[in-house]
Amino acid sequence: MNGFLKEAEKLIKEYKDYVPSHKEVCRILEKEFLTKEDLAKLLNVSSKEDIMLMAKKAQKLTRENFGKVVLLYAPLYIANYCQNGCVYCGFSYSKNYKREKLSFEEIENELEKMKEEGIDSVIILTGEDRINSSFEYIEKACSIATEFMSEVSIEVYPLYEEEYRRLSNIGVVGITIYQETYQKDNYQKLHPFGPKKDFEFRLNAPERALKAGFHEACVGPLLGLSEPRKDVLCAILHAEHLLEKFPKAEISISFPRFRSAGTDFVPSYTVSDREFIKFLVIARLYLPRVGIVLSTRESPLLRDALLDVCITKMSAGSKTTVGGYAKEKDEDAGAQFEVEDRRSVSEVVDVIIKKGLRPEFTNWVKGVKGI
Amino acid sequence: MFEIGGKILKSRLFVGTGKLPDYSLIEKMYYEAGVEVFAVAVRRIGPNTRHTRNVLEYIPKDAVVMVNTSGAQDHREAVKIAMIGRELTNSDWVKVEIEKDTKYLFPDGFETLKACEILVKEGFKVFPYIYPDLNLAKELEQIGVEAVMPLGSPIGTNKGIGCEVLLKPIINEVKIPVIIDAGIGRPSHAAQAMEMGADAVLINTAIATSADPLRMAMAFAKAVEAGRLAFEVGILKEHEYAQASSPLEDFIGG
Repeated sequence: MNGFLKEAEKLIKEYKDYVPSHKEVCRILEKEFLTKEDLAKLLNVSSKEDIMLMAKKAQKLTRENFGKVVLLYAPLYIANYCQNGCVYCGFSYSKNYKREKLSFEEIENELEKMKEEGIDSVIILTGEDRINSSFEYIEKACSIATEFMSEVSIEVYPLYEEEYRRLSNIGVVGITIYQETYQKDNYQKLHPFGPKKDFEFRLNAPERALKAGFHEACVGPLLGLSEPRKDVLCAILHAEHLLEKFPKAEISISFPRFRSAGTDFVPSYTVSDREFIKFLVIARLYLPRVGIVLSTRESPLLRDALLDVCITKMSAGSKTTVGGYAKEKDEDAGAQFEVEDRRSVSEVVDVIIKKGLRPEFTNWVKGVKGI
Repeated sequence: MFEIGGKILKSRLFVGTGKLPDYSLIEKMYYEAGVEVFAVAVRRIGPNTRHTRNVLEYIPKDAVVMVNTSGAQDHREAVKIAMIGRELTNSDWVKVEIEKDTKYLFPDGFETLKACEILVKEGFKVFPYIYPDLNLAKELEQIGVEAVMPLGSPIGTNKGIGCEVLLKPIINEVKIPVIIDAGIGRPSHAAQAMEMGADAVLINTAIATSADPLRMAMAFAKAVEAGRLAFEVGILKEHEYAQASSPLEDFIGG
């Protein structure tokens, strides 16, 4: 299973200081399919001119493969109980703030409010706590969500295959699960206690979900926790590995950048806008049909610019507090991370249309999903 | 004018709607480019929301909706999607598209054949998307599909008619219409397909992702018409050497 991690390790080592010339970048871009070696080389490119060239090809590939369509979704945080000691997270066990969990009635209210705002695709999120946010609780929440939304996905703690199968049977189509960092040693340090400490169980979660009948999986690292190029390379190879193993599935990739969440944690690496753009563009160049997801962690300006290049799915009107849609809440209090793009769904939709793209909330209509 | 799927159509240009930037273009294409058949992916026929409208609302009532089973990975899924599509659109035209991978989106002939057998029995007008495979095309013809839709080159590639030598036998041998689907990137590719004798073409990416989809649809409509006209007149054969065309020949021969 971890063959792709070993491969990434080898490639990073081999091409650590290899910066391709402008001529070589052009030669790589002429190819229809990039090799893993090309991928490792491009990660070291830093010139603005070369990144712009790469972006140009990424844009072409995105339009050819995805057309002029951008899928929109919003997250719904239903609980923030957590047993993990992740040193960087606002939901961490050791963080002292009010823990909440929505009742099923409250979940309905949230979904109603989201629906009023025009959202039709939702990701259900919880902290990682099998007692306070049991599988049955998540299952029921998903079941309610499928009554409101065309598309329901989950971003919860890693489940067992049988549990994914039960969710798939009630119509859940997608899983998002970030590995946070693919560097195992560092992963163990960043997750000192709690169930999340199990690196492999998390890493294998998308495979279990896809095996159990899910249509979509989104993977990625949280940029800043470890050496970013290495994490990006691992994530891209992870997506490729899933595609090879589950050729029917729709695989997406996302590179959220670390943002403050009321902890004292200072990430070891910062990722500049230029580097961030480069990573997304390279993911598109190497995997032309893989979805690229962008969250509201990024600024409106950057999000709008990337829409033209390689983004296929983005969140809009996101609230990252538990019960943030129906209740009037201070968005900064008790959120898992800070939201940069606070525009409403309507505002995001307007921007997408102005860019000559079509906003879409439906990827799998009810009845078609779960087949 | 040509007859297909029990309908008389003027335009031999079919258009896919999945990648369009704006569904309101559909109506414009119908009136200004004369497009009469629109392929619609069932998986994306979402309900109306505050920000998006159902694609079906934009398709003029006299146009033909071709339900597309894209997203189906085996014959069971394709049949189910077709059933849902017929219910949602009230159209019995179904393009059977079954792909087993999301990397190349190549059609799965085996599953396609199985799905078509079921759908023909269920009373659908069936249009299978296939590799340019003469044997498969003939089998599909036997079971009663309305047309076959072989690819020109892989979906979304804009590479044009990449397998003319495989397409030509299908055009020559099957009696049902042949619609070249996928890979056509330019109006000249479409004209080439029509000159070869294809009955129609289906275009998605090349129109939808162009800078001006409506005007590009008009360009394709003209190219399709020109190609068809040339086919009907009869394209002259290419010759290795210039042919003598003067009375001089008679003297030399004499």
